[in-house]
Amino acid sequence: MGIRFILMVNKQGQTRLAQYYEWLTLEERRALEGEIVRKCLARNEQQCSFVEHRNYKIVYRRYASLFFLVGVDNDENELAILEFIHLLVETMDRHFGNVCELDIMFHLEKAHFMLEEMVMNGSIVETSKANILTPIQLMDKSS
Amino acid sequence: MAMHGMRGLSVFISDIRNCQNKEQERLRVDKELGNVRTRFKNEKGLTPYEKKKYVWKMLYIYMLGYDVDFGHMEAVSLISAPKYPEKQVGYIVTSCLLNENHDFLRVAINSVRNDIIGRNETFQCLALTMVGNIGGREFAESLAPDVQKLLLSSSCRPLVRKKAALCLLRLFRKNPDVVNVDGWADRMAQLLDERDLGVLTSSMSLLVALVSNNHEAYWTCLPKCVKILERLARNQDVPQEYTYYGIPSPWLQVKTMRALQYFPSIEDPNTRRTLFEVLQRILMGTDVVKNVNKNNASHAVLFEALALVMHLDAEKEMMSQCVALLGKFVAVREPNIRYLGLENMTRMLMVTDVQEVIKRHQVQIIASLKDPDISIRRRALDLLYGMCDVTNAKDIVEELLQYLSSADFAMREELSLKAAILAEKFAPDLSWYVDVILQLIDKAGDFISDDIWFRVVQFVINNDDLQPYAAAKVKEYLHKPAVHETMVKVSAYILGEYSHLLARRPGCSPKEIFSILHEKLPTVSTTTIPILLSAYAKILMHTQPPDQELQNQIWAIFTKYESCIDAEIQQRAVEYFALSRKGAALMDILAEMPKFPERQSSLIKKAEDAEVDTAEQSAIKLRAQQQTSNALVVTDQRPANGAPPPVPVGQLSLVKVPSMITTEDRNLTVQASSQDNGTLSKVDPQPPSADLLGDLLGPLAIEGPPGATVPSEHNAVSGLEGAAEAVDGSAIVPVEVETNTVKPIGNIAERFHALCLKDSGVLYEDPYIQIGIKAEWRAHHGRLVLFLGNKNTAPLISVQALILPPGHLKMELSLVPETIPPRAQVQCPLEVVNLRPSRDVAVLDYSYKFGANMVNVKLRLPATLNKFLQPIPVSAEEFFPQWRSLSGPPLKLQEVVRGVRPMPLSEMANLLNSFRLMISPGLDPNPNNLVVCTTFYSENTHAILCLVRIETDPADRTQLRMTLASGDPTLTFELKEFIKEQLVSIPMVPRAPAAAPPAPPAAQLTPQIPANDPAALLAGLL
Repeated sequence: MGIRFILMVNKQGQTRLAQYYEWLTLEERRALEGEIVRKCLARNEQQCSFVEHRNYKIVYRRYASLFFLVGVDNDENELAILEFIHLLVETMDRHFGNVCELDIMFHLEKAHFMLEEMVMNGSIVETSKANILTPIQLMDKSS
Repeated sequence: MAMHGMRGLSVFISDIRNCQNKEQERLRVDKELGNVRTRFKNEKGLTPYEKKKYVWKMLYIYMLGYDVDFGHMEAVSLISAPKYPEKQVGYIVTSCLLNENHDFLRVAINSVRNDIIGRNETFQCLALTMVGNIGGREFAESLAPDVQKLLLSSSCRPLVRKKAALCLLRLFRKNPDVVNVDGWADRMAQLLDERDLGVLTSSMSLLVALVSNNHEAYWTCLPKCVKILERLARNQDVPQEYTYYGIPSPWLQVKTMRALQYFPSIEDPNTRRTLFEVLQRILMGTDVVKNVNKNNASHAVLFEALALVMHLDAEKEMMSQCVALLGKFVAVREPNIRYLGLENMTRMLMVTDVQEVIKRHQVQIIASLKDPDISIRRRALDLLYGMCDVTNAKDIVEELLQYLSSADFAMREELSLKAAILAEKFAPDLSWYVDVILQLIDKAGDFISDDIWFRVVQFVINNDDLQPYAAAKVKEYLHKPAVHETMVKVSAYILGEYSHLLARRPGCSPKEIFSILHEKLPTVSTTTIPILLSAYAKILMHTQPPDQELQNQIWAIFTKYESCIDAEIQQRAVEYFALSRKGAALMDILAEMPKFPERQSSLIKKAEDAEVDTAEQSAIKLRAQQQTSNALVVTDQRPANGAPPPVPVGQLSLVKVPSMITTEDRNLTVQASSQDNGTLSKVDPQPPSADLLGDLLGPLAIEGPPGATVPSEHNAVSGLEGAAEAVDGSAIVPVEVETNTVKPIGNIAERFHALCLKDSGVLYEDPYIQIGIKAEWRAHHGRLVLFLGNKNTAPLISVQALILPPGHLKMELSLVPETIPPRAQVQCPLEVVNLRPSRDVAVLDYSYKFGANMVNVKLRLPATLNKFLQPIPVSAEEFFPQWRSLSGPPLKLQEVVRGVRPMPLSEMANLLNSFRLMISPGLDPNPNNLVVCTTFYSENTHAILCLVRIETDPADRTQLRMTLASGDPTLTFELKEFIKEQLVSIPMVPRAPAAAPPAPPAAQLTPQIPANDPAALLAGLL
């Protein structure tokens, strides 16, 4: 199925966005987020971007104060996911202009809209930034 | 771009952000939840905008990890809002908060369908996305055809179709029975002609799901995938928006190559050539560049290409290119590439024979085992484990041992298990293996599972040369200041068995050995004490000449533990104390452990189990299954014939791990006769099945050496050993496997009992032969047919079958052919005439030769008393006169039977009926009583009516009173005994230790049966 979840967490460990593509109960989510955030945030720049956790592999990337963590199946192509994170960041950049943690925090719905255009049920739907942003622009116009 | 109007949400978010601690945050959240709840309560007054705002707040709170157990309905209701902004929020928040099983979703199903079949593209997209994320069965049932139509529609724009593809993927995956994909191969092929890369990207995911399910149906898609790959690789007609740092959609490239890995091979030479050209370009043309993103993207494609090349089993040259690339990767500093290099090298091990080339990189791989990054260390460990063989085992295992002391706790158990397996699989000599395991226990005792130390003990037992070495080694470890409890267990076991082999060395007198072991006793737990006690008993036995002082010391310990609260310790203390007073007899009882039969290592089994992942069937796993893996599968090395000796020294035998308690017990009960065990061990000729392996650690699950007859001096300890063995062995007709090296399949006793109740079935089976039986009975005549089936592709020779009939049966077996051809079945009729009533049983003495393997089996034949019974319905008018006329012994006998297997009355009635003892209801007014009528036939007596009355006690189902009457005194007695045997719980030795003599409590026979009664002997034996 590919992508199991996408998390955006700041360096204090606060979740800024969480999108799951498989159903976990709230308790399971809390536990999982706690464990992987602890694991990933403790790592340094010289270490690789992949962490094995339970039966997931976490592919993560750090942008300033914000960590993007993507949980995937064990046999997913790690580098493709790593660059998919970057594509997501570039897309948000294009929309917000130099995106930062606050943008995602205060425009949670937009971050969700973008993600929704890019990933469906754990599979990548769209990788063209223009196509991803069309519905958001449509909404901005209408409101 | 501020949040137009959603000020309340922004305020709430900043409030949360300003919270100093978790407690403040919780208070703020609770306040907000209360607020939202009250607002939702009078929903009438809410504008769609307000609803939207509150629903977002709910999502935000949920994301923070707080339970939001209300407002779901409001979120769902927004789906049917007419305007885009509300609808969008409704769809997105619903798919975040709810799952497919949620009841509220059902409410929305109509609105969702209206959006999907409606004309508004943006609405279509929203609806398809939500269904694609959380759609369940009901959605599949009502929407699948609509979604399929959208996906294929030519009038639909790509933005809708790409979502339809993934929506369909979800519905298909969740409910493959609902979504009909028959005939989809052509449609998929057509879809792959699509130019739009968005539609292609999502269609490719759909294809992967369909192909992984059934690749044969989709072979027409294969050339299309190659074409797409070619288009991307050559960068033809790829819009700028879909290139990423100059690379045409790396994600679509990766996905396409993944889809190709689900096809087992590529037949068409043109397609194959095109594909290999593309792959070659990727392999050769991927350079390391400065830009990180470009580099990652191109390497994402490169790694997928490597996987595809491995899968396709390309030409040697291309393969070595791959290995060379991976070799480069495992040596680079960049951690991501090194990680992936290690990971892919491990995958490569699984599918192709490149071990030799990979070995050249051993040094770099070992360096990665010491990397500061645990992700990389794990990959390195896996790879080292996979690439280990006889040539490098010593180096690799040494490295693992060295690493063990500094390894993370999280990794130690895995690490030690892997080291133990490698040491076992590839040991150049067994003393090295012992060294490794002892080091493991010493360094990481807490992480050593019982399997590991059981296994080393087993090897020591099975290899005589190893015993003094191991004994000396463990003794050294015991001198260390802090000794792990597992080490105490191993040492106690080995020193108990073999320390006498060291007796001449300095510091190894029994007394000294005893004192170093005994020093550890205060530090160990109750599971270890029994092992120590056994060791003491054995040391005492080996002390020659006897040492009075040591004996007193040890006896004092036994006496001390006689009242121990732990039953196992107490029993051992009592028994060892009693046994050690027997003097010379002790030698036999406490003799050395027998060799173990060969079995697959439970460790390897464990490792294999651990590999089973719950994740979806992936391309890599599929591939690994298609091709024989050389990673973990150990072929059982068995001698071609079953002949002894089965304990190969030097080459690693696969031995079964016993539970230690059991082994100890066997020590007491079995080993009186183990002098010749070395030549008697059995080889299990079957391939190890999951069933056999499952019981590895179960109690009593040992394949013991075949139960040899018990020497008579054994009687000295029969009080402890059980009555069965006290019987003079030579007088017994041993209805058991004798000195066979072939193990029967299934339980012979169970098969016999089943055949007593029915007239056809399997009497006996082993790997070579199956003996079936079919019988017909009429009055005192019987006609049995034995079916002798040769299961093999070689003939069975020297076949002999002899009937040993009891006195009351006349039996004639037709000629049995001396040879049974391969895969042939021979039928041998057997005529039976019953002369008079008796419970004795006929025995079939059967032997054959397969290769050098002589098999001799004695089997009881189901020509039992009940076969000559004929049920007869009797009315009250007929019954009572008969009953009264047969008054008192010997024609009428009464007995109170105790120790009855407790069963409901109805079950007892069924049981009797199945023995043709017909229950006649209504004859006895007491509902707890059973009345039975039947006719017995024999040549001497002709037909005799037998009447039985059984009175049961509902308060105590273990006892009953039985009254029998018939016109023949012998018949009355024999039938009474026969019925009693069926009702009393005659101990049946459980299947697992079939060959081991019965354990003491199981051997209690019903005392009233005389010892020379063959039936009693049989019951005792089985």
